[in-house]
Amino acid sequence: MTTTAETETPPAPAPEPETPRRRSLGSNTVVVTVLAFVAAMAVGGILIAFADEQTRTASSYFFAYPWDTFRYGFAAIGNGYLALFEGAIFDPGRAANGTLNGYLGPISETLTSATPLILGGLSVGLAFRAGLFNIGGQGQIILGAVFAGFVGFHWDMPIGIHVIAAVLAGALGGALWGGLAGLLKAKTGAHEVISTIMLNYVALDLLGYLLGVKGFQAPPYGQAISENIDDNARLPHLLGSSMRVNVSLFIALLGAVFFWWLMTRSTLGFKLRAVGGNQFAARTAGISVERGYIVVMLIAGALAGLAGVAQILGTNPAITGDIDAGIGFDAITVALLGRANAGGTVLAGLLFGALRAGGVQMQSSTGTPVDLVEVIQALIVMFIAAPALVRAIFRLRGRGGAVGAGELAKGWNG
Amino acid sequence: MSVTEAPEVREEDAPARRYTEPPVTLRRRFGTGATVVVIGLLCVIGLGLGSHAGYDATFQLARPEEFFPVPDLVLPARITSIVLGLIVIALGVVQMARGFSRSGLRWVLVVTIFCFVASFLCWSTTGGKGTPIDLLGLLEQTLFLAIPLILGALAGVMCERSGVINIAIEGQMLAGAWAGALFGSVTHNLYVGVLAAIVAGAAMGWLLAVFSIRYMVNQVVLGVVLNVFALGLTGFIYDAIMQPNTLTLNSPAVFQQVAIPGLSKIPVIGPLFFDQTVIVYITYVLIVVVDVALFRTRWGLRTRAVGEHPKAADTVGIKVLWVRYRNVMLGGGIAGIAGAALTIGAIGGFSKDISSGKGFIALAAVIFGRWSPRGAIAAALLFGFADALQTVLATINPPVNIPSNFLAMLPYLATLFAVAGLVGKVRAPAADGEPYVKG
Amino acid sequence: MKLELRGITKRFGSLIANDSIDLVVEPGEIHALLGENGAGKSTLMNVLYGLYQPDGGQILVDDEPVSFHDPGDAMAAGIGMVHQHFMLIPVFTVAENVELGHERTRGLGFLDKRRARAQVAEVSKKYGLEVPPDALVADLPVGVQQRVEIVKALIRDAKVLILDEPTAVLTPQETDELMDVMRSLRDGGTSIVFITHKLREVKAVADRITVIRRGKVVGEVGPETPAPELASMMVGRPVQLTVDRKPAHAGEPVLQVEGARVVDARGQVSVDDVSFTVHAGEIFAIAGVQGNGQTELTEALLGILPLDGGRITLDGRDVTRADVHDILTAGVGYVPEDRLHDGLIEGFTIAENLILDAHDTAPFARGASLDLARIRSNAEERVAEYDVRTQSVDAPASTLSGGNQQKVVLARELSRPLRLLVASQPTRGVDVGSMEFVHKQLVAARDQGTAVVLVSTELDEVLGLADRIAVMYRGSIIGEVPSGTSAEEIGLLMAGTRPEQLDHAKLSAAAVSGPAGNPAFGADTDDRDQEGEAR
Repeated sequence: MTTTAETETPPAPAPEPETPRRRSLGSNTVVVTVLAFVAAMAVGGILIAFADEQTRTASSYFFAYPWDTFRYGFAAIGNGYLALFEGAIFDPGRAANGTLNGYLGPISETLTSATPLILGGLSVGLAFRAGLFNIGGQGQIILGAVFAGFVGFHWDMPIGIHVIAAVLAGALGGALWGGLAGLLKAKTGAHEVISTIMLNYVALDLLGYLLGVKGFQAPPYGQAISENIDDNARLPHLLGSSMRVNVSLFIALLGAVFFWWLMTRSTLGFKLRAVGGNQFAARTAGISVERGYIVVMLIAGALAGLAGVAQILGTNPAITGDIDAGIGFDAITVALLGRANAGGTVLAGLLFGALRAGGVQMQSSTGTPVDLVEVIQALIVMFIAAPALVRAIFRLRGRGGAVGAGELAKGWNG
Repeated sequence: MSVTEAPEVREEDAPARRYTEPPVTLRRRFGTGATVVVIGLLCVIGLGLGSHAGYDATFQLARPEEFFPVPDLVLPARITSIVLGLIVIALGVVQMARGFSRSGLRWVLVVTIFCFVASFLCWSTTGGKGTPIDLLGLLEQTLFLAIPLILGALAGVMCERSGVINIAIEGQMLAGAWAGALFGSVTHNLYVGVLAAIVAGAAMGWLLAVFSIRYMVNQVVLGVVLNVFALGLTGFIYDAIMQPNTLTLNSPAVFQQVAIPGLSKIPVIGPLFFDQTVIVYITYVLIVVVDVALFRTRWGLRTRAVGEHPKAADTVGIKVLWVRYRNVMLGGGIAGIAGAALTIGAIGGFSKDISSGKGFIALAAVIFGRWSPRGAIAAALLFGFADALQTVLATINPPVNIPSNFLAMLPYLATLFAVAGLVGKVRAPAADGEPYVKG
Repeated sequence: MKLELRGITKRFGSLIANDSIDLVVEPGEIHALLGENGAGKSTLMNVLYGLYQPDGGQILVDDEPVSFHDPGDAMAAGIGMVHQHFMLIPVFTVAENVELGHERTRGLGFLDKRRARAQVAEVSKKYGLEVPPDALVADLPVGVQQRVEIVKALIRDAKVLILDEPTAVLTPQETDELMDVMRSLRDGGTSIVFITHKLREVKAVADRITVIRRGKVVGEVGPETPAPELASMMVGRPVQLTVDRKPAHAGEPVLQVEGARVVDARGQVSVDDVSFTVHAGEIFAIAGVQGNGQTELTEALLGILPLDGGRITLDGRDVTRADVHDILTAGVGYVPEDRLHDGLIEGFTIAENLILDAHDTAPFARGASLDLARIRSNAEERVAEYDVRTQSVDAPASTLSGGNQQKVVLARELSRPLRLLVASQPTRGVDVGSMEFVHKQLVAARDQGTAVVLVSTELDEVLGLADRIAVMYRGSIIGEVPSGTSAEEIGLLMAGTRPEQLDHAKLSAAAVSGPAGNPAFGADTDDRDQEGEAR
């Protein structure tokens, strides 16, 4: 019941005049992203120093001799981040032995970790573009892994066909779980955030059940682990069996290309973006909003399912209760950092994959807990989501909205 | 044509939007009724006729050592299930034929759930050929498991009623659990632990408030990211300093049960409700305070106004942003206590991801309970019961083995049904999740 | 209380919404603030009410300078405001809404509901503004909601009451009631600032009139000023808004609606047994006060809302059950009443918005892919043809002004072969220049043989464009009249007078009805005496 006899919506107040350079810096999303990364790494550095025994001891006499605290602190940070770098990119120590593994081992780990993150990030990003927030990556990954895994260890098929069937089954599993949330949204208006969270837990319990059922659980039925995937169904390694990077990386890159085509070049993507941009205008233009919700969640679910495929047919030998390994939630940060577009998501996935791979190395060589990576990831995304905060920290001026915020439903009723 | 002549509310002139519930459509009435009838049939056929005949269901209501010996409740299992089922069917038929009012329907829901649960328990005893069910133990366990959920749900209600979506309950709980254990250990004082938990939860709430209110970050996104942040940070500190120094930093005492003189001697109710830990008593107080304050005080009126229509609140001089900051931080503090209930209220030490999704169940309880404190508490108790049932069923061996995983799904499935509108449409506060910009 | 504004200036970026505005409101007068949409009236009042901070100038209360940082300050100084969009919380009761912000408590912050209720009753009795204290606001008619807003201001001891476009949502009858309230408040010593763009109301009730245009005060005059003069002050040039149009050449029937009934999601009948036929080459207008089922009717025509009963045929084909896509492809164009809500996607580029309903057909789609080059060249052609002021077709639609956004919608809808055009409030919130453009386009479409359904709440628009006029009231078409019917007659129909009662009603009204005047300002500008009650 709104009658707009007079709508005087003034434009947003413009900022004061300022030097163009600083302003353009602050408005540049790349600059903001880099600065967010720097700020998050700085906070992470403080945590590393805090976790360092020697630094803590020195801080107890900080006021007597502050130099020690700084010396040990910076040494700890330096060692920690060096180990992170060595674990993720290049380790001169490992390379010294001259083997391929020595040179490329860290990169292989980074790419391996990045693969499911990219696929998961594409899944979340795709849903973002249609105005939906897919928090259900976890459940969709689990279902994808269960379907792919079941085909992988239970069916008997010729080489080549088997792996393709398993991959498709994984995509199907994820699509079903995601599509369910889309269907509920379309038919009943159930908010996808709630339904995907709930479906995550249902999937976890379902997996817990399956891991105790004969025919799924591996003999001798003592542990909650599935049977091993058939060799025929495994995705081949790319750099020899000593390195874990495998064909699933190409699946992720193909997924990104598909995402790009869908969102910029296809009529279906146009429909989905229209639904995300303004569902009422979309409906008025003859685009079925309900169908849009279902379709986008089917595709998003399939992408997340493929992340499960990468886990089960690429890296892990069998399904365990922890098959998701936090990817479902990390994928949200990947999509946000990647600003819900294909290229950005690939880069964000690579960055967070590198942090994951490096974090493991950091923990083993310096004892800094790997959870640091989670903290850094969360901080990066928080800083990016609040560009005004980043600009305030670095004393920049500029304008620019939050990531993807405009494309998301604002509240439960939306 | 003086104005005073036209006071009647002309129904036909009513604006397009209506908030008082419209008459329920025939289709929905039938749908609800049919659902209830199906549940009743399930009780009669599945649980009544499906049970092993000739056994009595025995429910223990007291401990042997208790002051007033309360006799066990013994019921013929099959007959009871069938009778309860018939009651449910009757309710369903009445609903289909004539339809209950809104408030009546709420009671129908309560009675239906009760009858179903009771007949389910009767059925389950017959598998073990009449093994008694420790009903008091089941209820105690329910309360124990529900306390963190209730507190978390209250935290959610506090935030969301003022218009800020709180998906970060999980993270706030985790921070509270961590702070409670750490500071409880270091100071050897559990009350300091609770205080620290409140502060930690409120600090997480402050982050939510700053980013959502000041920087206007999408609140759902923010909540998810804050959960990741809390999980990472507490996990990091746990691994870095608490784990290596467990004895000094992660071995708090645990709140002991304190019997309230007099009240604790009441049969059944006494041991269940009044022989509890301080955290449980704090919970009782908070339940009353939040519910009363929200609907009867100035604070509550303003909170709800800000959550429904912040601009209207602004035009009458209410400081919208301040109300939101305050509520989000208060809510965070309550969620912090929920976290403390998991560590120093239960097992003592902290471990990684100790909340393991309880914050999300609390969120589900908020929605299932339609953003009202009472509804949320009822939902939290129901979810706690489903959780407690798993352990009990493992001991009594029902006729058909129900995998505990399926029972564990119940809260999530119930919430899915709720948001899908199968038990009536839920409506969030109108401005929930929308940042407020002046002007 | 005397209220004075001196040199108030308010800027939004480069836009000067208020340019050193002076305004004096004497105690006990009704002071009208007259101006077009977007002239800066609401901005000025928001400054006065403490919602915006002025960039320059002074506010004086009883000759003392004051400054308002938030609405609380303004209220404390005795200023009350009834906003155009009511600031009421739908799920609260009337008493709760009225007391919000200055609640009566019984210690410990507990609300004293009884006293709140008593206070509402007292004030509403004192001023003759009856409101039910315990009813939920959402259940009240708009007119009563407005009374609640006035009570809300009076209970805070408002000495100056600002009414922002108060009649926009009211029926003519409710408008008359409101004017009586305004007069009795004035006689009781309250000053009233009455913001509007409707000349008739200003002349009926104002003691003094300040006209503003493009953020500047154009002049201050008395109510005796002739309407055409007020109109030209407001618009800034002699008003010539009549559209030159030749008589219609109505052809074969295109749209036939028989017994249409729409029940909304809440179970309310919003369209009740509506039947009409629209022919090729004519403009069929549906007039009526906002909220009488017009929105639902147009959405049903488009297939957005399902029909609960009745039949719709398009060129003889039954489209009652067809979906939106089918209806659009059958040659129906649609200009929705709320273009930002239903007509455009603000985040999309202009080029994308121009193919919103044709993106998956040739020439814009090739298989599953979009033809980006075709989309772009189409956009450039349309932008040139419809004179959309933009720097680039790749700019998001949100960067356009209201009038240019409406041109984008029109360009999209009129650029494909149409059998029927449904235009709902096509000139709402657009400036005068764009308004003329829109009107010309509608007439041009008609002259090309398209059947046009024009839904409008603006009588002048209906009178200026329609070949036939139907009036909707409470979901039904209460009467259908030919082009050239007087504004009074249509006004009476809009207020719910049945056509058979019309002759009688006309007798009492017509005694004072002046010449139809400039049809573009029809009901707003004619000099008819307000006291001549239509009963």
